[in-house]
Order: sequence, then structure tokens, then C-alpha cells
Amino acid sequence: MTSPHPYIPNTDEDRRAMLDTIGVASSDELFADIPPELRIDGLELPPALPEQELLREMSALAGRNQVPEDGYACFLGAGAYRHFIPSVVGHVIGRAEFYTAYTPYQPEISQGTLQTMFELQSMVCELTGMDVANAGMYEGASALAEACLMACRVSGRSRIALLDTLNPAYADVVRTYASGPGLAVDVVSDGGLTAEHACLAVQHPNFFGCLEDVWAREAAAHAAGALLIAAADPISLGMLAPPGEWGADIAVAEGQSLGWPVNFGGPYLGLFACRRDHLRQMPGRIVGRTTDLDGRAGYVLTLQTREQHIRRERATSNICTSQQLVGLAATVYLAAVGKHGLRRIAEVCYQRAHHAAQRIAALPGYSIAFDAPFFKEFTVRCPRPPADVLARLLERGIIGGLDVSERVENGLLVCVTEMNTREEIDRLVETLP
Amino acid sequence: MVILPNLRYTKEHEWVLVEDGIGTVGITDYAQDQLGDIVYVALPAPGRRLSQLAVFGEIESVKAVSELYSPVSGEVVESNGALADKPELINDSPYGEGWIMKVRLADEGEIEKLLTAAQYSDYIEREAG
Repeated sequence: MTSPHPYIPNTDEDRRAMLDTIGVASSDELFADIPPELRIDGLELPPALPEQELLREMSALAGRNQVPEDGYACFLGAGAYRHFIPSVVGHVIGRAEFYTAYTPYQPEISQGTLQTMFELQSMVCELTGMDVANAGMYEGASALAEACLMACRVSGRSRIALLDTLNPAYADVVRTYASGPGLAVDVVSDGGLTAEHACLAVQHPNFFGCLEDVWAREAAAHAAGALLIAAADPISLGMLAPPGEWGADIAVAEGQSLGWPVNFGGPYLGLFACRRDHLRQMPGRIVGRTTDLDGRAGYVLTLQTREQHIRRERATSNICTSQQLVGLAATVYLAAVGKHGLRRIAEVCYQRAHHAAQRIAALPGYSIAFDAPFFKEFTVRCPRPPADVLARLLERGIIGGLDVSERVENGLLVCVTEMNTREEIDRLVETLP
Repeated sequence: MVILPNLRYTKEHEWVLVEDGIGTVGITDYAQDQLGDIVYVALPAPGRRLSQLAVFGEIESVKAVSELYSPVSGEVVESNGALADKPELINDSPYGEGWIMKVRLADEGEIEKLLTAAQYSDYIEREAG
């Protein structure tokens, strides 16, 4: 019997036997439920290449990417951030004992994995100033969406309020999550909160880089009887007051900044923490530390009655795993840089971003769009459309930031981290048209 | 299995004792035995209005989560705060210290729709059967 393809073992005879068994004439019938307009008709592919030629082809395609690793200076952030990754992170997560993306299905047999998850939870609590944290969620945006659903459960209300300075991609994810259970999502500005709202979600620093007046947000949310949800940048927590200190009931964050490359948008890591009162409504997996019969410390998955394998359709979330490998990277990162290291990294980001902002604001025609304190990102008002500015910068080997002109006239969102050298900042300032 | 003659029962294994228009509600000895060690009870807030057989809370044991159904319509006047720290009171004393809530009855006639002790006894015998 011959196989038509070296890596697809099914022969025509195999396929025929399978189709006959299920009583279908051809495999096309299996796709009958997908509307024709959504199906690709006649995909024109070149003939298969030998492996060596294929590698050459793929390398050539990859070479067309414009990435910082090829010498581009990068000032693009907007939710995904380049920070230095100590070598120990890759070393530890690459160990065979740890190298899996999943929470083990028989978790208690993997004590080492559970211990790292417990340590991540403990560090997330310290970082956010909250009482309890879970073992991680898909990424920052879905962690925020889960926080909004949780606020609805806690409050018994069904309207979600997002502050208008939230990352628009996060708002989209919240809308997607809210559409199933039929929850309303309102984007509000100052004073837009009502007693119907379950929560107010505040990003701090916000999408445009500015620090929010978090105390005013806290007062507004709690006056309306709503929960306050904070979406934080974990690196900023090296120097800013943690959400627990300014009254957040739930704190979420994108954990990618902690030891993980920006990749192509994922996989990332959602960090999720809340006040103890709301523990039973928290989504996701939680690892607890306990003692065995002989009094030795051990780790277990705990409070699993919140989860869908026990609570079924009434579970707090349909997430029944954690972003384990990325979570481990964050755990190793935080342990490696430590409390003082994180503060130092935050300070370098702050200083370099402010140096860059000052230099750019001094250029003719350029100004800083908002009169508010910022951390490592700021919005620049350009003298011409940001698309033109970005194209010019890219020609000179600089990824200049994100065009936010839809929200801010001629607005360009610029991010500066410890990865941007003084020379790169000089090049940016000298090249801006 | 203890089944007290002066109580009325639901098929969901709650009991109610009515005195002066107030119904005290808990789960039966049979229910606590089936659930095993109880670790958490989500209690209803006073003031909440319930209809007969509406879900008023949740009870978690080490092996399952179950919903609690109100035997009667009415307004919650009190829930048993002692269960927050000691949910095991339900295992130890399902008809006493392990009571869950008190309800001001909206319609005392509803009691007649509930099972008597004898009917409940037959019911669990068949269910266990």
C-alpha cells in the first residue's frame, strides 16, 4: 500500500474505509455545514518542495520581517513590551521537567510545577497589593474580560463600564466575552458611572501612557456600588502604588513584560488577583500550600468547586487551564530580578521615556499630547500624519510607535524601555521628520 | 437517618419548620450524609425575596457543589452567619445549629405542597433503592 505523502500516513484506501464507516460519500460532505462563502475554493499552491529548499524559502520569507533583533530601533508598545530577559529564564523553562504549556491533568503528582504556580500567585499578590491571585489566564485582555464577568457575579448587576482610556483591543475582548451571557458594555468618561454598573475598569497607566487619577476613579466606582477593576503594567508596579493600595477590588495585568518576548502577539500571560472577599467568584486555577500526613509541605489545586469539571455550566469560568509555561517564565523573571531589580528597571524606563519625550517636545511642530504624568509610554502630537512619520522612520531602521490618530489628532504613541539605548533615542529624535 | 416528624420536606432535601409565620430552613440529615464534609455555604442576603423552590444559595462539600432550593415563598429575614466559619455545623447538626436561613412566609398554604416526614422517608428509600 502506498502513501501519497511522506508525513501524512493515511492512504486513499484508509480514507475510503473511514468514509464508508461513517456513511459519507466524500470528505467534502463533512464541510457542508460551513457556508460556501466562508470556504476557500481552489487554493493555488506551488508543488511541494524538498526540505532543504523549503527551509531556504521560509528563511527568505522570515528575512522580510522588520524586527528589533535585526538592528531596528523599536519604540512600539501599546500593550506588548520589550524588556530584557535574563538568560536564566530560558534555561529554567527549557528543563524537561517544566517544558509543557499545560497544567498537569493529575496535578498533585507534579509538585515542582505546582510549587512554581504557587510562587507566581504569591508574587502577583505582592506586586498588585491584592489578597489572592490565580495561577494565570490567557493574556491581559481576557483576564480583564474575566474580571468584568466576575464583577457581574459579585454585584448581581449586568452592565460593565470601561473607562474610555482603556486599550481598544481590550475593550473589544470584553465585548466578545460579554456578548454570550448578554451583558451590556459601556465605554464611559468622567461621571458616566451609574448604579446599574457592576464595575469600572481602569487601565493605569492608560492606553495613551498617562497615569490615571486612580483615587478619583476609586471614589466614583465605589460611590456607584461598583467594583473597581485595575488593568496594570506589571513593570510599572516596580515604582507605582499597587492597585490594592488605591482600592481596586480586582487587579489584572498582561504578564508578557515579565520575561517573555513580544512574539507575534502570543501566547501571553494574564495575571489575575482580587480581594479575599471575592475569592469564591474568582476564575481560573488556584494552587494552595498544605501539609501531608507526615507534616511535610505539599501543593494542591484548591477551591476547584469553582471550576467547570465540578460546577459545570455554573462554573466561574470556562478556563480550566493556566498559561503554565509563560507563567513559569514570569515566576523565574520576578525571582531573578527581585524587588530592587524591578524597581531599577521601572526607574530606567521612566527616566529614558522622559528624556525621549523632552527631546521630542523640543522639536519644531512636535508636542506631548496630554498634560498628565506618564511612565514609559507617551502620546506625541506630530506636525503631519503619523502614518507618514512612521514610514519615514521605518526607512531609516526605526519602528517608531503606534499611530493613534483615530483617537488623538496626529497622535503617535511612543514607548521607551530599558531596551532602548541613548543612541537609539538620539537616532529617533534626529530622524523625526 | 434522622427524619423529624414536625418538619416538612422538599424533594431537593431541604426541610422547613414554621413557627409564627417564620420558616426556618436547612438541609436534611440524609442530604448532609450524601454530600460528605461540607466546606462552604453561600448564604442568601436578608431582604431577598424568594419564590417556592427558587434557588437561594449553594452548598459545597469536598466532592460536589449543589444548589439550595427554598421550600417556601417569602422574604429572607436572617441567614446563619455561624456557617461562614463553621460550615461543618450542617454535618454535625443538620436540624439544629446547622440551620441555613429564616424566611417570613408569603403564603402558609404552600406548606401543604411539601412532603410530610412519612412521604419524605418513602421518597429517600426509593431514591436510595
